Amino acid sequence: MIIPKLAIRNLLGAGIRTWLNVIVLSLSYVVIIWTQGLYQGMNEQISRAKIDSEIGGGQFWQENYDPYNPLCLDEAHSVMPPEIKKLIRKKQAVPILVVQGSIYPGGKVLPVVLKGIDPSQTILNIPTQYLLDSSEEITAIIGTRMAKMARLKEGDYVTVQWRDVDGTFDAREIKIAKIFQTQVQTIDNNQLWLSLPVLQKLTGMHDQATLVVISPELQNVPSTAGWKFQSTEVLLADLAELVKTKSVGASIFYLVLLFLAMLAIFDTQVLSIFRRRKEMGTLMALGMTRAQIIQLFTLEGATHSILAALVAAIYGIPLLVYSAKSGLAMPQSYDSYGLALGDKLFPVYSTGLVIGTTLLIFVITTIVSYLPTRKIAKLKPTDALRGKYL
Amino acid sequence: MEKKLLVQLKSLTKRYPMGEKEFPALKNISLEIKEGEFVGIVGPSGSGKTTLLNIIGTLDVPTEGQVIVLGKDVSKLSGKEAADIRNKYIGFIFQTFNLLPVYTVFENVEFPLLLQKVPASERKKRVMEALEWVRLSDKAKSKPAQLSGGECQRVAVARAMVKRPALVLADEPTANLDAENSHNILQTMVELNQMLKTTFIFATHDEKVIQYLRRKISLFDGKLAKDEVVEPVYKAGERKL
Repeated sequence: MIIPKLAIRNLLGAGIRTWLNVIVLSLSYVVIIWTQGLYQGMNEQISRAKIDSEIGGGQFWQENYDPYNPLCLDEAHSVMPPEIKKLIRKKQAVPILVVQGSIYPGGKVLPVVLKGIDPSQTILNIPTQYLLDSSEEITAIIGTRMAKMARLKEGDYVTVQWRDVDGTFDAREIKIAKIFQTQVQTIDNNQLWLSLPVLQKLTGMHDQATLVVISPELQNVPSTAGWKFQSTEVLLADLAELVKTKSVGASIFYLVLLFLAMLAIFDTQVLSIFRRRKEMGTLMALGMTRAQIIQLFTLEGATHSILAALVAAIYGIPLLVYSAKSGLAMPQSYDSYGLALGDKLFPVYSTGLVIGTTLLIFVITTIVSYLPTRKIAKLKPTDALRGKYL
Repeated sequence: MEKKLLVQLKSLTKRYPMGEKEFPALKNISLEIKEGEFVGIVGPSGSGKTTLLNIIGTLDVPTEGQVIVLGKDVSKLSGKEAADIRNKYIGFIFQTFNLLPVYTVFENVEFPLLLQKVPASERKKRVMEALEWVRLSDKAKSKPAQLSGGECQRVAVARAMVKRPALVLADEPTANLDAENSHNILQTMVELNQMLKTTFIFATHDEKVIQYLRRKISLFDGKLAKDEVVEPVYKAGERKL
């Protein structure tokens, strides 16, 4: 325990030089944790929104369904297997029928995706209750982005055209019953939500669906022939990849900061070894071995990271807690990036992130501190006492 | 009673490489130093005093010959063994004091005991005792930068003595001190030599130090010129501190 005690004593004794390094390094801690917390928060926030409004606890896909291929939709519908129907009856799943169509707002044609959903469903956070219209007219709900693009308002009527199961074109006037706000663009852009029974009837696809969203509470997902189950992990993989890419981009910023902090510590170590040669000689004369002196100098450098963690905790915790509670206002442009972020982004700082960052900085600092001390291994006590450089 | 042999040099030669040639710093030196001696290695600059002191202090090794310190052959010691001997049995006093600048007086004196893993309460007792020997108890919390040269050297003496070593090696201990402080330090060392039976070996060419020696080993050009028992001009307590 003597080496750590001496390292701390030496470090604190060095005064302002130590504290300058510590402050720069503590900034690295806070910035790394903050930026990573932002991306972790972004990932969690978007995932939560998508689970709430789009993917639920996973989806069964009709075997021909491919969300990235709109041409598949003509074939991507069939009668659901009994296992899935059982879940639907228990309100543990909600079927969605996806059909291509067009609308003609203001005399212009706009390709859309018609989605039929059970109006009484409670699994997805979509106001499908507005589809429960007892009148004879067909009602639809759309998101704010779609409404803005098509210049539609609640109560407006718009012509919808589609092809039925036999490929025959048909068209009707539908009423926009509700314009809803959602963070998730993929249930909004170019989409028109209708009542499932209505869409099934209009297209002649009785009892058929394209995909079935299951409840997040459902523990055991049954296996079904022809309908492939896509877990939430699979459905969120693209998002995770996107956030990861953004996170790597952001890491350049804090890597530069970390590099500067490490440069300062490396410089301090080199200078320290240069200036304290006589001290090293004295330590050897007093009975320390070269290995102990290397340990001492390395630990002095590494202790910067421990002090920095403490300093970072003093000003960083209030800052990070404040940003986690009040969130970060997101610019409108983020919505156009396709990220379901909402108005505010709330950073999430996990224990893993904090411990991981602390360990990462400690390890890097220790390595950077050790590198210059290797020269001490070649130092002769008599040369050191004379102040002779290595 | 026969006094214990602490240092034994047998045909010691030390050469330093100097380009392609070798520079002989010590040539064929043989001598013995016993427990409780107050001995000085004297000679002009470049005569090999410090080299000899360093070899006795296990900080360096001979090129030829044998050096036995406290029963151990210096040439055969590993780095760790040599460090262990220095830590337990040898105290060093340097011309430039070599105090650790960021430590207080107390911490500087405490350092050798920390390396020996002496318990805290025992450490405190021994450090305060050592500071009393050098009359610096009131400066325990001061930093070296706040002390005069004489006080710094007294701290160095306390640091060398705190572990009660068998041997203290002092390299030009008075070179940076005025006459008054030099005599103070030397008086302290004479007293400690008599009180604790510690062997003191000086490397010096300072006449003030020579006045206190009981044995004078003269080196010239790396060779042993003279080894004589001398009557000290000053003895313990003869000069007021």
